[in-house]
Amino acid sequence: MATTTPERTTGTPRPIGHQTSPIGVAGAIARWVALTIGTLLFLVPFYLVVRNALSSEADITAPEWTLFPSRLHWENVGELFSDQEVPMARALWNSAVVGVLGTTGQLLLASMAGYGLARIPHRHANKVFYLIVATLMIPSAVTFIPSFVLVSSLGWVSSLRGLIIPGLFSGFAAFLFRQYFLNFPRELEEAARVDGLGYWRTFWLIVVPNSLPFFAALAAITFIGNWNSFLWPLVIGQDSSSWTVQVALSTFITAQTINIHELFMAAAVSILPLVLIFVFLQRYLVRGVTETGIKG
Amino acid sequence: MSTVAESSAAESRASAAGRPARKGIRGTNLAFWIFVGPFTLGLLIFAYVPIVWSLFLSFFDARNTVTPTDFVGLQNYVDMLTDPDFLSSMVTFTVFAIFIVPLTFALSLALALLVNQVRVARAFFRSVFFLPTACSYVVASLIWKLSIFNGVRFGLANTVLGWFGIENIAWLSTVDPPWYWIPLVTVRLWLQLGFYMILFIAGLQRIPTELYEAAYVDGAKPGWQIFRFITFPQLRATSVAVLILNLIAAYQAFDEFYNLVGNVNYARPPLVYLYGVSLGSIQDLGRGSAGALILAVIIMIVTLVQSRIFGFGKAE
Repeated sequence: MATTTPERTTGTPRPIGHQTSPIGVAGAIARWVALTIGTLLFLVPFYLVVRNALSSEADITAPEWTLFPSRLHWENVGELFSDQEVPMARALWNSAVVGVLGTTGQLLLASMAGYGLARIPHRHANKVFYLIVATLMIPSAVTFIPSFVLVSSLGWVSSLRGLIIPGLFSGFAAFLFRQYFLNFPRELEEAARVDGLGYWRTFWLIVVPNSLPFFAALAAITFIGNWNSFLWPLVIGQDSSSWTVQVALSTFITAQTINIHELFMAAAVSILPLVLIFVFLQRYLVRGVTETGIKG
Repeated sequence: MSTVAESSAAESRASAAGRPARKGIRGTNLAFWIFVGPFTLGLLIFAYVPIVWSLFLSFFDARNTVTPTDFVGLQNYVDMLTDPDFLSSMVTFTVFAIFIVPLTFALSLALALLVNQVRVARAFFRSVFFLPTACSYVVASLIWKLSIFNGVRFGLANTVLGWFGIENIAWLSTVDPPWYWIPLVTVRLWLQLGFYMILFIAGLQRIPTELYEAAYVDGAKPGWQIFRFITFPQLRATSVAVLILNLIAAYQAFDEFYNLVGNVNYARPPLVYLYGVSLGSIQDLGRGSAGALILAVIIMIVTLVQSRIFGFGKAE
């Protein structure tokens, strides 16, 4: 039985996972059981958001657990947005502005810097590159105190400027763009150069249009990061007019002034844009995760 | 007009011709700064200035001010390193890391293997496990705190335990036994397993099929043997990346601790403590800065040591 010679195995080598032996069948069943249990566990929190958002307060706090609310309370949506105590519409708007401007600005600045470093020869290119790489060593979260010091002396506390601008200069994004543009096919750019295009027009007319999947991947992951970020908006949003969705939700988790169903409706509204991105841009998101994760 | 700067070789060639050359070099110089300048300027202002300023503050008594005058030398560092609350926040982090790092590693790898082996509905399962990435720590904490682990009868966890006749447990406020770790660890697992699973799936798909075919031909048994001798060694680079990313992320845990248990002394990781010191009722930016720099140095050392141990960046 200890043979390892190819002759003893019958037929051509087959890919793993094709077995039809009893052990293979048992393995397949175990896999499906594990996947089903995992799926249920992973979906329960989402189900809870929807269930609680559309329940009456009595349904949620009833001593007996109910799988579904007695009826779907769609009026909870209107209740949330008409509640004067809870600035949810304003918070959603702030988050949208921060997400869109923050993502656009960060990609614009980082892609230009990355392209310049990858393609334009310059005697200071290495120095600038080291300046960027050095910031990658610094753990991002511990910089919130120094950044707060700067932003407060600029008078940007509780403002959208304070929320957006300090986050625009991502050394990591510039680094990723530089690596990406180093591998961009030179032939395309050379053809553009022959046609008389300078760096500026080569970049915008040739390089960017041919790199849209990469931009989309970083945009998806950056937008989600911006939308979900909490520590910096918490530090900056000292006035409720500058709260993002996350800060507003966090404030009301501990406040007694809001009903549970209203809070869950707010949570449901806050994850809706991301679920849409997720459904329609998942391909780019997966690419974004592998690009940023592995190289990070 | 097409000489607007290409390579340095082209420039030196053109320099013999006089005028076009100067235009070329100036053009390159200008182009470089148009592309790189705005980003570099911003990086200097918003990354380097704060760090230098923070270093400066850490040597001063900087309570409620960002322009202190009272130089205290290393006193802020001494204060932080002898502060029992700061040290206990390090202990909290360590306990958290002991739970979260191995669990995340094993479970995300297991999910990746499961999803990768299944033939039907693979995209569906991948999406399900990846979906929590779309959720913020705040929303997840809200679900965990108010609907699953709220400690009263209508909480999901207590409802399930009730089926087995177990009394209600006050999950987030019970210190002995430390039940609060269950919500704290599970919320992070739910949020980040999908992210690391994607990294492992990408790693699995880079393993050449010939290796499996060769192993099969050599009589290796599918299952543990294949995993032990082919799959796992081939995932080395991914595994190291997952471990390092995961540990750095755990060091910087803030959102779920802040929202689930708040600023309490029994479960307060370093960032929550530093937030309280520097932005609480007394804004002690001197000690806060000192603590942040100590933490940054520790994270950098741990990352470097870990990279050295695992030989990150070496040829595979």
